Amino acid sequence: MPGFPTLFYKELLRFWKVSFQTILAPMLTALLYLLIFSHVLEEHVQVYDGVSYTAFLVPGLAMMAVLQNAFANSSSSLIQSKITGNIIFMLLPPLSHGEFFLAYILAAIVRGLVVGLGVFAMTLWFVAVPLKYPLCVLLFALLGSGILGAMGIIAGIWADKFDQLAAFQNFIIIPLTFLSGVFYSIHSLPQFWQVASHFNPFFYMIDGFRYGFFGVSDVAPGLSIAVVASCFLALSLFTLWLLKIGYKLRY
Amino acid sequence: MTPAIQIREVHKSFGAVQALRNVSLEIAQGEFFALLGPNGAGKTTLINILAGLSRADHGKLAVMGFDVTSQYREARRALGVVPQELVFDPFFTVRETLTIQSGYFGVKNNRGWIDEVIHHLDLADKADTNMRALSGGMKRRVLVAQALMHKPPVIVLDEPTAGVDVELRQALWQFIRKLNADGHTIVLTTHYLEEAEALCGRIAMLKQGKIVALDTTKNLLESFSARRVKLRLSPDYLPDDLQSMLTQRSETSYTLALNDYSELEKVMSRLREAGIAAQEIELLQPDLEEVFMKIMSKH
Ligand SMILES: Nc1ncnc2c1ncn2[C@@H]1O[C@H](COP(=O)(O)OP(=O)(O)OP(=O)(O)O)[C@@H](O)[C@H]1O
Ligand SMILES: [Mg+2]
Repeated sequence: MPGFPTLFYKELLRFWKVSFQTILAPMLTALLYLLIFSHVLEEHVQVYDGVSYTAFLVPGLAMMAVLQNAFANSSSSLIQSKITGNIIFMLLPPLSHGEFFLAYILAAIVRGLVVGLGVFAMTLWFVAVPLKYPLCVLLFALLGSGILGAMGIIAGIWADKFDQLAAFQNFIIIPLTFLSGVFYSIHSLPQFWQVASHFNPFFYMIDGFRYGFFGVSDVAPGLSIAVVASCFLALSLFTLWLLKIGYKLRY
Repeated sequence: MTPAIQIREVHKSFGAVQALRNVSLEIAQGEFFALLGPNGAGKTTLINILAGLSRADHGKLAVMGFDVTSQYREARRALGVVPQELVFDPFFTVRETLTIQSGYFGVKNNRGWIDEVIHHLDLADKADTNMRALSGGMKRRVLVAQALMHKPPVIVLDEPTAGVDVELRQALWQFIRKLNADGHTIVLTTHYLEEAEALCGRIAMLKQGKIVALDTTKNLLESFSARRVKLRLSPDYLPDDLQSMLTQRSETSYTLALNDYSELEKVMSRLREAGIAAQEIELLQPDLEEVFMKIMSKH
């Protein structure tokens, strides 16, 4: 894989050079969510015994930041390269579709983890959150950002214009994130939405991630791992296939 | 010896547009080759397919003997392409762009070569400038530099001199000539036909996706371009029996077509007989533009 390290490095450099927008801005957004929601809801909501609402909220917000930024990284990088045309600099060299996939997805994971870690570190000022199973936290963060990184590649390849990418984000990513239990436990939802949530892979990402902090979850963590890992595998294979046939890249 | 480029029976359509129709072409190693044709002839399409940016509907292509699809790694490593469109990555400086491009090809520690190319393309004082801040011509030079980073044996330049000033155009050709002398195969497209005429040993002309001429520059000039003489006469009158040779009449001059230069003697003696003096005589060199126009109108 001679070209892979450079493509990976380039993808990291790309967001690092504008880290104000790509890392600090999403941290600030998460912080605002935390301040507002916890202020409004702290008194009224108790999800798990012995866990304050603010503490409950922290893993959800951190994971949301991980997911959204992983998606944003690969999708915006690809669509910018496609629209400006500089994608050809990556298509002319002997980079295989596997190298291409790995570079984009790993960069998405790195950006997701950096922002997620930033959000988590920031919230430590406001509330103490236990960290029961750090490896579990890491596993879900990796798989979750991997899934969103792959979705970002798919969206970036598919979209021809920025508004198509925005549609992908507004009609798929955001609803799936908000209906996944970032701000609440799905047990507090009406029956219909509880059932519907079980079909949302994002729900398992958040639930499993949160389990790593509190050791409590809505569904068994083993099930979450199975669902999330299968999703990651399926999406990765699909993305690899798109890259291999050159869908919308090599016409 | 393996041909640098082998193109066999390539077809490519975009919807109803047949961009390439049964194109076959072989370019030997070390050639300086021109691909000419009017806008939309299919030059860029052919280059894109060769580079793997686009895929042929039918046909086989190889670079240095490597099939562009089944052996794409070797084929792409052997090929350097300067694209027609002015594209750049606004996140990086010139040097970063070149270092990254080297890395994509697995070339590490390329500093020496980067410096050399930057020097030859007169980019030294812009090396640490962001790509966004370069003028169009400078961006074009960076594109040339990028294509050379992995020292490919075959270099394809799609209109490399569009928007480049005269001085740099000279410098650029000098550099490309040197690369050719060092053994690199060069293929270029250009709409400046005098460039192709001066530089290229062989020429293919495309029209509406078909090759309509393929020969050495010398043969094309000799077989298609008439030898001509431009005369200013006093009195301003051309004898009747010379009228058949007339190809162009301007306000002050007559251009006559000659089968060969010995016919000039005949023309002059006929003028003397008629008492007409030739005040100015200009022998017109055959030029590629004329050949090009002729071939394009024929097909
Ligand atoms: N991606 C595409 N989609 C649809 N049609 C295309 C595409 N690319 C090229 N074409 C069409 O194929 C034909 C050949 O185009 P091409 O760009 O190869 O011409 P060219 O010889 O490079 O012209 P120019 O001198 O203007 O650069 C044109 O009719 C063009 O409109
Ligand atoms: Mg073109």
